[in-house]
Amino acid sequence: MSPAPTAAAPARKDDSQVRQKAMIARHFDRLAAAPETGARTAYTFVPGNLTELLLSFDVLPVLPEINALQSAMRGKTAEYIAIAEKHGHSEDVCTYVKSDIGMMKSGNIGPTGQRLPSPDLLLLSYTGCFTFMKWFELLREEYHCPVAMLHVPYQADGRITDAMRTYVVDQLKQVVIPKLEEVTGRKYDEDRLREHLARSAQAEDDLVWVLQSAKNVPSPIDAYFGAVYYVGPIFSAFRGTTDAVDYYRELREEIAERIRQGKGPVTPEGEVERERFRVVVEGPPNWTSFRQFWKMFADEGAVAVASTYSKVGGVYDLGFRHDPDHPLETLADYCLGCYTNLSLPTRIDLLTRYVSEYRADGFLINSVKSCNSFSAGQLHILREVEARSGRPGGFIESDLVDPRYFSAANIKNRLESYFQMIEQKRPGVAS
Amino acid sequence: MNYTVGIDLGSTTTKAVVLGEDGTVLGRGITNSRSNYDVACQVALSEALINTRFSLIAGEFRGIARDPSQATTLIGALERKFRAEQYRSQLRVLDTELRRFLSRLLTRPPAAAAIVDRIVERMHGEIDALYAEGARRKSDFFRDLAGSRYLALAEDEARATGVSFDLLAGLFDKAILDVENSAEAAGHFDQHAAVALAGLPGADPALTTAVARVSALTLEQIGSVGTGYGRQRLPFPEGRIRSEILCHGLGAHAMFPHTRTVLDIGGQDTKAIQVDEQGIVTSFQMNDRCAAGCGRYLGYIADEMSLGLHELGPIAIQSSAPVRINSTCTVFAGAELRERLSLGEKREDILAGLHRAIVLRAMSLLARSGGVKDEFTFTGGVARNQAAVAALVKLVNENYGARTVNISDDSIYTGALGAALFALRSAGSRECRRTA
Ligand code: SF4
Repeated sequence: MSPAPTAAAPARKDDSQVRQKAMIARHFDRLAAAPETGARTAYTFVPGNLTELLLSFDVLPVLPEINALQSAMRGKTAEYIAIAEKHGHSEDVCTYVKSDIGMMKSGNIGPTGQRLPSPDLLLLSYTGCFTFMKWFELLREEYHCPVAMLHVPYQADGRITDAMRTYVVDQLKQVVIPKLEEVTGRKYDEDRLREHLARSAQAEDDLVWVLQSAKNVPSPIDAYFGAVYYVGPIFSAFRGTTDAVDYYRELREEIAERIRQGKGPVTPEGEVERERFRVVVEGPPNWTSFRQFWKMFADEGAVAVASTYSKVGGVYDLGFRHDPDHPLETLADYCLGCYTNLSLPTRIDLLTRYVSEYRADGFLINSVKSCNSFSAGQLHILREVEARSGRPGGFIESDLVDPRYFSAANIKNRLESYFQMIEQKRPGVAS
Repeated sequence: MNYTVGIDLGSTTTKAVVLGEDGTVLGRGITNSRSNYDVACQVALSEALINTRFSLIAGEFRGIARDPSQATTLIGALERKFRAEQYRSQLRVLDTELRRFLSRLLTRPPAAAAIVDRIVERMHGEIDALYAEGARRKSDFFRDLAGSRYLALAEDEARATGVSFDLLAGLFDKAILDVENSAEAAGHFDQHAAVALAGLPGADPALTTAVARVSALTLEQIGSVGTGYGRQRLPFPEGRIRSEILCHGLGAHAMFPHTRTVLDIGGQDTKAIQVDEQGIVTSFQMNDRCAAGCGRYLGYIADEMSLGLHELGPIAIQSSAPVRINSTCTVFAGAELRERLSLGEKREDILAGLHRAIVLRAMSLLARSGGVKDEFTFTGGVARNQAAVAALVKLVNENYGARTVNISDDSIYTGALGAALFALRSAGSRECRRTA
């Protein structure tokens, strides 16, 4: 589950977008040069990622989920998935995994067309998704490199206990950090980590401000499709960097300007001129038909004012910030707090809160066929949020990166029906 | 007189429902033309308007008839004559088209023109019998009626003359499209009504008065809404298009005001819809990109068994021990079917199992949409299939307990009715705005 920092960017480029593009290009340059420069790389996941810790060891993160979704946006995944299936992976397996395996088998060419380096470490820092373990098991067979596994307990009761935190911190001390020391030949430097964490908190403040700007009517941003670009840097290789701090400051200023001008969000097709529907969205987007999917919303004047997907790498709006004063504890809390580690009641509370705080007309679930972490229990969530918020819920089904699972006619039909259903339920509307 | 219309452009048929200003259904029309959306709409609408005029005539006539107890019979006779006339007019267009295509053929057997003459002449000769009182027609569509006669006669001719049957059948296939795609082919109400009246010498003169009054009425459209699979292609402005889900919900509510759950199994998709006491949709679920378990599945099974679609239900209903079939995948169902047949299982038992498999898929959608509440209305083409209905009633009862299950004879018009009601509402609100 992860954000897409580049492809299919809106037509008119804001300064922040230009900056983001350049940041990402530099990162992939560094990765491509790693075999020569000797830079160390770790493959890791978005939920519960330990970017600051990696950066404190000068280890460059590679995020297979992001590669998969970017491959999808570049129209590559049909081919990659076919390759993975040829190697014996069944149709129902998480399509991120198959896309990644296919990409690897095709020469490991990343989203910028450059070759990705092999990992020096596979860092499995969030275990809420069982697929992750199997995914890295497959990669380990391929790369024969060390694996560090951080087991993160599930927040079954909706809160983080001291025992949970200590359990994670102990593993950081006893497993993850020693592995990083071994792979890089460096000593753990807590002061360096603190510096990164302080920068993270700063960027996180601005990000939250940006996402919460959708409380304005009309909303200046799209907090689902548009947010994919906003959360890119913070959920990937840039949290804790000055690049990220600068990016989010700039983005915040741009959005503040949009609010001053009373403008709606920018989509690939242009600006949403009239906000007709405000919706909260649960579940990841579809990446193979991302633009088409977005257009189905934009055409109806539907703006996502909040989404859970934009929280996959951290639910900051519940108040969490990385805390330089408690470096390992804060990393533990971060891992424990990622969205898919939250219990169903917590997810229901969160969605219900979003519906009211963001003055949404309804909420919509995109149920992803091959991802159980997100999808299990979603219909139950739908019923509960409907009952508590009194707003209509909608349900569509697609997939992450397998183009075979996106039926445009079916999804469009459901979306249109859903928006018309909202319209029909508005007080005082005759038809 | 003002009316609103709802048009449901489905994947196999196009339906129109015409409403009076008080919301009563005045007429319904259907066509199986699907090659051109605009024409399909026109044809369905003109059929619905003819139907409307007949219901108006019936109303007028009952008030002034010499013997009101004879009214229904007389109007029935008038309508049959009218339909015969309409058929005649379509057959004339067919004739012209057959000749046009014949003249274009590069290699034309010398006997062909005479054969077409003979076929068309015999078809003309059969019209009165086709529309005689008590005559049973397999379909109300010109294509089906004319097609079955034309092909049968062509077969005879081919046998007798040695001219290729395929050539004759091919001519029909081309010509029929032009008949279907022309709203003109069906002719005009006034003309046909006049001929129909003339065919009833000695009938109550009040009937002539009623026909004259209704023929003189201008029917003015004050609102229209389109829905259905082809709704994006309908000749309607965007604001006048409603999703099928909303239309089915409202249509079912209009037919059965206590409806809370609606199931629509159509040709291409299945929808489970929950509505409130006003017919407003509160939630819905639809099959995903896989259309297994939709009406088309039955069509496929019918083809596999070389049966007509309408024959499946009656056979399946005879089963006393349905086999358990798990696959709703259309292709696998075919394979499973052949295997079971080869194992010597009875046709009716296999068919009953297949019907149950479809309904099981629908049950899952119903569960996901919020369950089956009282009352429950079943709409769509499959609602006419008694075996599917029986399986549904049984499973609903097992899973949810006793429920009133509504099925209307007019269920095929549910979506169009909902659309017409939406049209009426927005026409009403426009009125308000105008007078406000
Ligand atoms: S199953 Fe879901 S959470 Fe797990 S890796 Fe795949 S997309 Fe991510």
